Amino acid sequence: MGHVIELDAAAKAYGGAGAPALGPVSLDVAEGEALAVVGPSGSGKSTLLNLVAGLDRPTAGTVTVDGRRVDRLGEAALARFRRERIGFVFQFFNLLDDLTVADNVRLPAQLAGTPRRKAADRAAELLEILGVHRHAGAYPGRLSGGERQRVAVARALVNRPALLLADEPTGALDTASGHEVRELLAEVHRGGQTIVLVTHDMALARSLATRTVTLVDGTIAADERAGAAR
Amino acid sequence: MSARFAGSVLGRVVRSGVGRRRVQTLVVALATLMAVASAVVAGSLVVASSAPFDHAFARAHGAHLTAQIDAGKATAAQAAATAHLPGVAASAGPFPVTVLSPTAQRGGPLPELTVAGRSSPGGPVDRLEVTAGRWPSAGNEIMLPADLPPDVAETGSALTLPGGGTLTVVGRARSVTGSADAWMTPAGVAALRSAKAPGTDQMLYRFSGSPTKSRLAADRAKVAAALPKGALAGTRSYLDAKYVADREAATFVPFLMAFGALGLGMSVIVVAGVVGGMVGANLRRIGILKAIGCTPAEVVRAYVAQALVPAAAGTALGVVLGNLIAYPLLGDVQQVYGTTGLSVAWWVDAAVAAGALLVVAVAALVPALRAGRLRTVEAIAVGRAPGTGRGRWAQRFAGRLPLPRAVTLGLATPFARPVRSASMLAAVLFGTAAATFAIGLAASLNTIGAARDPAANAAVSVMGGGPAPQGQEQAPPQGQGPAQGQGPAQGPGQAPAQGPGQGPGPSPVDGAKVEAAIAAQPGTASYYGVRRARVTVTGVVGGVDLQLYQHDLRAGAYEIIAGHWITGPGQAVVPTHFLDATGHRIGDTITVQDQGAAVRLRIVGEAFDLENDGMHVHAAATSFAGIEKRGAADEYLVRLKPGVSTASYLSGLNSALKPLGAQATAAADDVSSTIVVLDSLAGLLTLMLVTVAGLGVLNAVVLDTRERVHDLGVCKAIGMSPRQTVAMVLASVAGLGAAGGLAGLPAGVALHHLVLPLMGDAAGTRLTAHMVGVYRVPLVVPLALGGIVIAVLGALLPAGWAAKARTATALRTE
Repeated sequence: MGHVIELDAAAKAYGGAGAPALGPVSLDVAEGEALAVVGPSGSGKSTLLNLVAGLDRPTAGTVTVDGRRVDRLGEAALARFRRERIGFVFQFFNLLDDLTVADNVRLPAQLAGTPRRKAADRAAELLEILGVHRHAGAYPGRLSGGERQRVAVARALVNRPALLLADEPTGALDTASGHEVRELLAEVHRGGQTIVLVTHDMALARSLATRTVTLVDGTIAADERAGAAR
Repeated sequence: MSARFAGSVLGRVVRSGVGRRRVQTLVVALATLMAVASAVVAGSLVVASSAPFDHAFARAHGAHLTAQIDAGKATAAQAAATAHLPGVAASAGPFPVTVLSPTAQRGGPLPELTVAGRSSPGGPVDRLEVTAGRWPSAGNEIMLPADLPPDVAETGSALTLPGGGTLTVVGRARSVTGSADAWMTPAGVAALRSAKAPGTDQMLYRFSGSPTKSRLAADRAKVAAALPKGALAGTRSYLDAKYVADREAATFVPFLMAFGALGLGMSVIVVAGVVGGMVGANLRRIGILKAIGCTPAEVVRAYVAQALVPAAAGTALGVVLGNLIAYPLLGDVQQVYGTTGLSVAWWVDAAVAAGALLVVAVAALVPALRAGRLRTVEAIAVGRAPGTGRGRWAQRFAGRLPLPRAVTLGLATPFARPVRSASMLAAVLFGTAAATFAIGLAASLNTIGAARDPAANAAVSVMGGGPAPQGQEQAPPQGQGPAQGQGPAQGPGQAPAQGPGQGPGPSPVDGAKVEAAIAAQPGTASYYGVRRARVTVTGVVGGVDLQLYQHDLRAGAYEIIAGHWITGPGQAVVPTHFLDATGHRIGDTITVQDQGAAVRLRIVGEAFDLENDGMHVHAAATSFAGIEKRGAADEYLVRLKPGVSTASYLSGLNSALKPLGAQATAAADDVSSTIVVLDSLAGLLTLMLVTVAGLGVLNAVVLDTRERVHDLGVCKAIGMSPRQTVAMVLASVAGLGAAGGLAGLPAGVALHHLVLPLMGDAAGTRLTAHMVGVYRVPLVVPLALGGIVIAVLGALLPAGWAAKARTATALRTE
């Protein structure tokens, strides 16, 4: 089974002489794996996720995702890479308030040039699967937190990405909604989807992840597979 | 919060607000700068166009009456004694006067110059404006007219006199009433005229108050009576110069008022939009300030001050820039008006600056008051989540359009911020209207320029040897009106009648042979002959300029407003002013007195002809029996076949003409200085207004981009490419640009159709449909797209910023 993610001594430092936000970190993630990245605030979890998604560039080392050197891509190529290979679920959903639920889900497909009808069908299919199809014509502001996160997951999956990234997907949800989203992501993973999620929610990590990486001060402090420590 | 603490906190808030939002601060400063500069330029030109002659005349202590006294009939002492006549408030002179026709080393023969001998440019009456160089100090030095082209007879160059001798050019000067064209020392003039006695002396008078025409006539009679009989050779009233100057000014006023109104209106809209948007975009910060204890009044003060800091800097720089731009323009206007000393009035600067700051303060006050009244939680919430649900219908609709999604996302954006979008729309509308108006005006002026004088279409002029054409030997001193009295027996507007082609006697040149030479010359496309004369027309007070055409009548045709051009004998074409002044209409018959014989001509057309105040009669030479016996025409104007070199044509034709006593020269390219000035004014003012409009758009898009930076981050995170981001931002203004362009285009056309006829009225003519109807498809299409261009140019910079914004940073933005 090949690696979807390969980080080789990847590091990220922001301006100033302080310690780097991340790394250097070396990490491989296999296809079909569900990796949970945990750690205290400021440990570099979101930075790691941003590097993998190509939202940020490493200051050292390399980042390869689905066989492509993300750190070498230009902005336009990165955009193409994200819409074709990556699905992103954010803590605060980041749905566009002015678009309906269906339009939000269709948007990445439309940006990727998918024909209008095909994008609409795919969005409807996902909304059905994720149980929010009745809200297709509503605006995100009218939905509960759990429902919004379901819509966000549908949007992340619309282009059938090789990799689903989730940044604190239950962080802004109440307990019941958090549980719903946990179940949802587990179901997606069971369908063969590779997932990397950053979370403080140890219950989520335990229930979903096949592997858990603990970051402390930007470096990997522990890397455990479900049921066994490495 | 103690007053001291609050004061220091507010100071910091203002300073940090100005420093932190650098782009926005810069845009506010730039928009204010351009708006203030436009307003200063427009305001100065409007003020300069308000009675420019009266102001310049008062400044220069201009002469109400300029008298030419025959030095052979009255002594200098007798001339000087007229200064003590009752009613004379001040006088200058007598100054010796002579007429010269010098040739410049560079520039060839100069127009005939009336030269006065004065020891200095100042004095109690007619203070001259020295525009270049210094006053003559030696007898062989001369001061030339200020309005001669700068590359002709430069300062330091020599002039050759027809009878031998040279003069050194030491500078340029101008008299507000055109008392003379050029000046030398009294001794210098006396030396020149001693050989051609009797010369004339010049006396300049100012009378108490502002004399009317009838009072001046009475004063003139007193001067004539105080001198020996026949000594008063001619007089010139300041009313003639005033008439010409006011007429030129009147031509400018509608144009400048239109631009002034556009400039001021747009300045107010853009500055108000920019400042209001800036305060409105800071609601969250306002909420935080309130949360830490600032009172609503302190918040309002802080934000009004925050807007006033960059606006004050922009205003100060705008006043400076406006003055820098206005100064050379006023120089041009001064030349057109024939006046002196036009400058930006101090109160225009003060009023524009005060008005701009007032607009800024009010524009900041309204949203600041609203923000000050908001509850703290609301202010923070509004700042964090600006989405109000407005414009969702537009997103739904746009989403169905068969366009790329990035474009449809952008197209719906303006509906989420209707007030800001309306301000942007107004800026684009004003900018497009200004550009449409200016380009249409330039097109009309160019059409008018081409139609003004058909002789300008000729490449070659052949002087037939008869009386010289007007504008040369008969040219009045600069600034003099078209209807001036020169002789003691003539009042203003009167001139001696002189038959066509008569002049100093029949031309010695054989016209038939000249015409044959022109016709035989290879390269001749067409030609016509012109005879000019001052005649009287029965029932018309004063003299009328008669212009007779021979050979190819059509080649000399003026632009026709109504009726048709002359096609044969017995017909006349006259300008609008002739019809207005005489009460005649097309179809009427007029009687021209020619050498004692009355020639009846039927008016068949109304021509666009501004020469000589529009008191012209055009007719076929064959209307006058036996005209061919009077020798060659005064001038033949020749059009060349395409591709024929003027120089080689002239060389060949002159070889044929030399034995006949005639000479061919390249026809002068006589471009109206009024048209040149109006063209440059229109170009500059349009550029300024379009820039202000672009800044308005830039500001709106900067605000929008800042507010939507998080959404942009989301879009980029889910795969929006930089190109799609640029497309989305540009599409967000393109719709407004298109709407503004489509609304601004008819507004500009309407303004053009309103202003141009007013300018024509001021110039004493109607305009042809051809001159007004300049908006044809090749012009309208780019103008209609102009709104999109303004909007896209204004949005390009923030679109680039949006495309380059780091996705991770944008996502972290609240």
